[in-house]
Amino acid sequence: MTTPPTHADVPGRFGPYGGQYVPETLMPCLRELEAVWLAARTDPAFLAELAELHADYSGRPTPLYRARRFEAACGGKARVWLKREDLNHTGAHKINNCLGQVLLAKRMGKARLIAETGAGQHGVATATVAALAGLRCTVYMGQVDMQRQEPNVQRMRLLGAEVVPVLSGARTLKDATSEAIRDWVTNVADSHYIIGSTVGPHPYPTMVRDFQSVIGIEARRQVLEKEGRLPDVAIACVGGGSNAAGLFAGFVDDPVALYGVEAGGSSLGHSAALALGTPGVLHGSYSYLLQDDDGQVVPAHSIAAGLDYPGVGPEHSFLKDTGRVTYDKVDDAEALAAFGDLCRLEGIIPALESSHALAFCRRLLGDEAACAQLRAARAAGPDAGPLVVVVNLSGRGDKDMHGDAGAHGAAATDGNGGDHGQAR
Amino acid sequence: MGRLGDLTAALRAEGARPVVPFVTAGYPTDEACRGALRGVKDAGCRLVEIGVPFSDPVADGPVIQAASQRALVQGMTPARSLELAAWARRELDLTVVMMGYLNPVLRMGSERFARACAEAGVAGFIVPDLPVDEAAGLRGALREADIDLVSLVAPTTDTARLQLHAAHASGFLYLVSTTGVTGTGAGAGDDLEAYVARVRAACSLPLYVGFGVGTGAQAARVARCADGAIVGSALLRKLADIEDEAAARAATSSFIGELVRAMATACDDTTKGDRS
Repeated sequence: MTTPPTHADVPGRFGPYGGQYVPETLMPCLRELEAVWLAARTDPAFLAELAELHADYSGRPTPLYRARRFEAACGGKARVWLKREDLNHTGAHKINNCLGQVLLAKRMGKARLIAETGAGQHGVATATVAALAGLRCTVYMGQVDMQRQEPNVQRMRLLGAEVVPVLSGARTLKDATSEAIRDWVTNVADSHYIIGSTVGPHPYPTMVRDFQSVIGIEARRQVLEKEGRLPDVAIACVGGGSNAAGLFAGFVDDPVALYGVEAGGSSLGHSAALALGTPGVLHGSYSYLLQDDDGQVVPAHSIAAGLDYPGVGPEHSFLKDTGRVTYDKVDDAEALAAFGDLCRLEGIIPALESSHALAFCRRLLGDEAACAQLRAARAAGPDAGPLVVVVNLSGRGDKDMHGDAGAHGAAATDGNGGDHGQAR
Repeated sequence: MGRLGDLTAALRAEGARPVVPFVTAGYPTDEACRGALRGVKDAGCRLVEIGVPFSDPVADGPVIQAASQRALVQGMTPARSLELAAWARRELDLTVVMMGYLNPVLRMGSERFARACAEAGVAGFIVPDLPVDEAAGLRGALREADIDLVSLVAPTTDTARLQLHAAHASGFLYLVSTTGVTGTGAGAGDDLEAYVARVRAACSLPLYVGFGVGTGAQAARVARCADGAIVGSALLRKLADIEDEAAARAATSSFIGELVRAMATACDDTTKGDRS
């Protein structure tokens, strides 16, 4: 029904998705950013500087860890490897993108960074690289998210960033993004906007995926070392979709089943733009979107602030349509259960966002028919040993301790945790 | 060129410097919004811009954001915004330019949307989040319906992009006065005159300046160098506490009338200055 305006040969299109739907004021700046990024991505000096920061500042490569007790809880018929992005400096994959973009900001001579944040992980990563590079930093965060991710608000302020509460709309990530764009339109001369996910106008979706592709490139190499073969399955959660885009980048050309897991939310709503949305334009690109019949954007809901967004990156829309990636959703309760599982079975406190990917892993491995299909589909044949699964553990969950997850964990420890905590 | 282009060309030929008031459809209330449109007519304006409220107006400052939010809560929709435009056209003989974000347009479909605009008698359309590079599809659909897609240029727009605008724009060219969102800044940077001159060198269309124009002095300054002024947030601020039609009409007529007079006076002075 909706035919987007399309151009032949426009970079930044994933099929019909993507594009640059922003006010004119920003267009020259997007052109400049694209040119600087395209030059940098093949510049040995840039790549060496980024590699050094990855290794010595962020702690890459992050481990690929086999979660034996978790895989036993999933039925014991598969080997589950966690890509430990939670062990990055600042505790999530977000730093990968921020390190790349701050180097570009310096090349463009910008004096200030702007960011939006939901869970606070991207805000913390941006505040961190701003401190590292000696740049000023303003982070927009919905007031609701400031309450539910209080520890990250403190961290950003400690790092010298100004955290601006956003009071419009649902007071979550969507509104913080709109406010960050308004700041950028106003201060484009001296400020660079580090979008935290594979969303926004071109070149952001491609550029952020490039900076996150280190996840998938490392994971591919590591799983080949440890298993001697490619995995059968790779799983990541999807809000805007940057950790998933990064993981999938390592496997998209291989015969590996890829799963993106959206937030199914609760009776309060959901954030499953790919599963339940329709294409439209929000925050600069054409992609799947939660919207009503009039094209007004519908507020999302998720227990995970980082997934609580009504849109999704345009590349994921394309990968959904082509069928290369299967997108599914996990609700708040399932995510909380998986959160509890990993805490108690592995001694790893995962982010609520990443817990969606873990919950889906557990569900998939419990589905005999699906597993049989995956075994039959692989090149090595159905009898080539257990399924090998890589799950992106995109961030750590300390930030969630004082909110729903903390309450859940405490209640479970007390023996009053309801279904999830007691059962597992 | 559509009816909007005919009117803006005629106004320029007359030496007029029009004020184009902006109202958000359904704000502050349905009745008061109609009152404001009557006030626009009373003030002697021939053109008006009506905004279709959108949930996520990234190019707008706090005033238009709040107005959009309130209008949506009160039940305003794209279809009802077009009914309001049709009413302004029919009852007040105003030439209506609609302003709306892209997503509601895509949701309806560009062709269907263009036909609905044509049925409502809309003369032009402004889409703040649709840069000229991405606009071919909607521009074509609107042109089929004899509606001008108004192009926005900004102080950051360079010469190469100005030529792109000049090649595609129709109706008038909307000059965003400062880098920023609506309703902020002084309404004219220090270098407004140089900016207008730079755009005029690239484009022969009438040049209308908007974003933050809200006082007689600012309007007069626009009148001395450009062809028209668009006044949005400043008008909506005047309407904020008004709910009934008559009061909105009086407030609009008084405020816009003041700007109309400021522009006319500045325009006369400029003309006299030219003669001497």
